[in-house]
Amino acid sequence: MKSLTLRGWVTLVVLVALALLPVFVSMTGREFFLVLATRLVILAIAAVSLNLILGYGRMISFGHAAYLGIGAYAVGIPVYYEIYNGFIHIGIAVVVSAAFAFLTGLVCLRTRGVNFIMITMAFSMMVFFAFVSIEEYGGDDGLVIEVRSEFGQWVNLENDTVLYYVCFVSLLGILYLIRRIVHSRFGMVIQGARGNEARMQSLGFDTFRYRLVCYVIAGALCGYAGALLGNFTSFISPEMMDWTRSGELIFMVVLGGTSSLFGPVLGAGLFILLEEILSGFWLYWQLIFGIFLILVVLFAKGGIDSWLGRRPER
Amino acid sequence: MDESVILGIKDLYKSFGGVAATNGLTLDVLEREVHAVIGPNGAGKTTLVSQLTGVVLPDAGQVVFRGRDITRMPAYRRPHLGMARSFQITSIIHDMTVLENVVLAVQAKAGHSYRFWESAIIDDQLTEPAMRALTQVGLETEAMQVAGPLSHGEHRQLELAMVLATDPELVLLDEPTAGMGREDSTRMVSMLESLKGSRTIILVEHDMDAVFALADRITVMVEGRAIATGTPDVIRADRLVREAYLGEDINTAIKSARET
Ligand SMILES: Nc1ncnc2c1ncn2[C@@H]1O[C@H](COP(=O)(O)OP(=O)(O)OP(=O)(O)O)[C@@H](O)[C@H]1O
Ligand SMILES: [Mg+2]
Repeated sequence: MKSLTLRGWVTLVVLVALALLPVFVSMTGREFFLVLATRLVILAIAAVSLNLILGYGRMISFGHAAYLGIGAYAVGIPVYYEIYNGFIHIGIAVVVSAAFAFLTGLVCLRTRGVNFIMITMAFSMMVFFAFVSIEEYGGDDGLVIEVRSEFGQWVNLENDTVLYYVCFVSLLGILYLIRRIVHSRFGMVIQGARGNEARMQSLGFDTFRYRLVCYVIAGALCGYAGALLGNFTSFISPEMMDWTRSGELIFMVVLGGTSSLFGPVLGAGLFILLEEILSGFWLYWQLIFGIFLILVVLFAKGGIDSWLGRRPER
Repeated sequence: MDESVILGIKDLYKSFGGVAATNGLTLDVLEREVHAVIGPNGAGKTTLVSQLTGVVLPDAGQVVFRGRDITRMPAYRRPHLGMARSFQITSIIHDMTVLENVVLAVQAKAGHSYRFWESAIIDDQLTEPAMRALTQVGLETEAMQVAGPLSHGEHRQLELAMVLATDPELVLLDEPTAGMGREDSTRMVSMLESLKGSRTIILVEHDMDAVFALADRITVMVEGRAIATGTPDVIRADRLVREAYLGEDINTAIKSARET
């Protein structure tokens, strides 16, 4: 067996801890940790999907939380109409997210830099206001989801531990998927266009279309995370898509390390821990948190993952 | 049109804010020739290459490649017709390895890249041609190194390897020896010599030794126009050219170029 690096050890320990967490919870009876961990894992999926465009493609989307919202409402609205089939929920979440990514991507991927950031944010705010204005689904008061998605008799999401494991296995699957994508021909093109777009075009790549496909994949994956979030929270509201939520996802990615496979998971973990600890101390925890994040961005290029000794490979 | 014309340039115009960088340029490039383009700084050589590759679109005129009008074709489609360019200012992907850079060039020609599952860097269909191109330019031992930190000379070699890896019919080289020391530059010239005859090469170059060693024909550009085209001997003997480029007084040459 290959000897593990520090980085490998941290990855392994975090994954094993997450895998065994329900055992710990059932022994100690501290349900609270399961709630925390479920949220962590779902946000980790969202962060990992954002990293595909932000880290590997340097498409700094400030509207990624919109997909969490779309995914959550893809559970909430059907349940409101008494459609409980989870496959339908997931299907709607993924397809609508992909379609939204495709249509908005056609516009925003023609821009770069700050314009891209602003336009992605603007599109997410459009979704935000759209849901605020639909009274039927609660407007800005939000929507209560009484029942979780149904997946037949084998997977009962009403059981919190089952829901947690569904989220955890999803995270593993999506990490593996991203890993394959990043090393594939497609992933090479995305990373090449990050490094030198003009050169990629002169080699013969229609970089716009490759980026668009990448943007759609990331959106669809985050929509999936949104469907899990909808099941988890049982209360959804447009606030989930607020631009500050998108900002938090960016922070998780940057905190953990952009264009590192596992970095965003660590980032999401640290984010949630800090949020818990700091919010217990002080009402204005977000201020401290903001300062901390700015320091990370300024002084720890590469995020946690680079402290763990990541080599300059991808 | 002559069968053996691979690239026809007709009455090409391009101006940047009133300054004509290309000013009515007409030029035929023949199949399998090394066609050197020379001229003083700012003559419009790079602008010409950029219009041929689609990075810059002409204001007027026509570019025909193998009988096909490509004047307004997007840049990313032209390599698929068999054109490839190198850049005067090295243009590589700095955070990738040397091999990955060249693999991308091979990949560009190997059908679409909407393949999401198999790893590219262990795919023999990509790495073998890539290693061949690297060997050709003498960079095979650096294959696994990250491209960014390499020396200027190695960057230029990589730049050429990326061109060769796409196996083009028409190669556009914008000052391949730019910024090189004599040793590197001599090596580059002998590398280009080995390509001679197997494909068409448009060579923009300031180094006259390289030009006269390699070129079958030479076009001299001044102020966006071709003032002379001919074999090296003809060009050497041309009065205008001597004044414009090989001699000292560029201003008289420009003046007489305007008069003709
Ligand atoms: N993008 C641009 N915007 C404005 N002016 C430009 C641009 N590109 C080129 N020019 C101008 O067009 C003219 C021709 O430039 P070009 O780079 O084609 O010359 P060149 O022959 O390649 O010169 P050199 O030998 O220095 O490489 C110059 O006057 C240059 O300043
Ligand atoms: Mg030039």
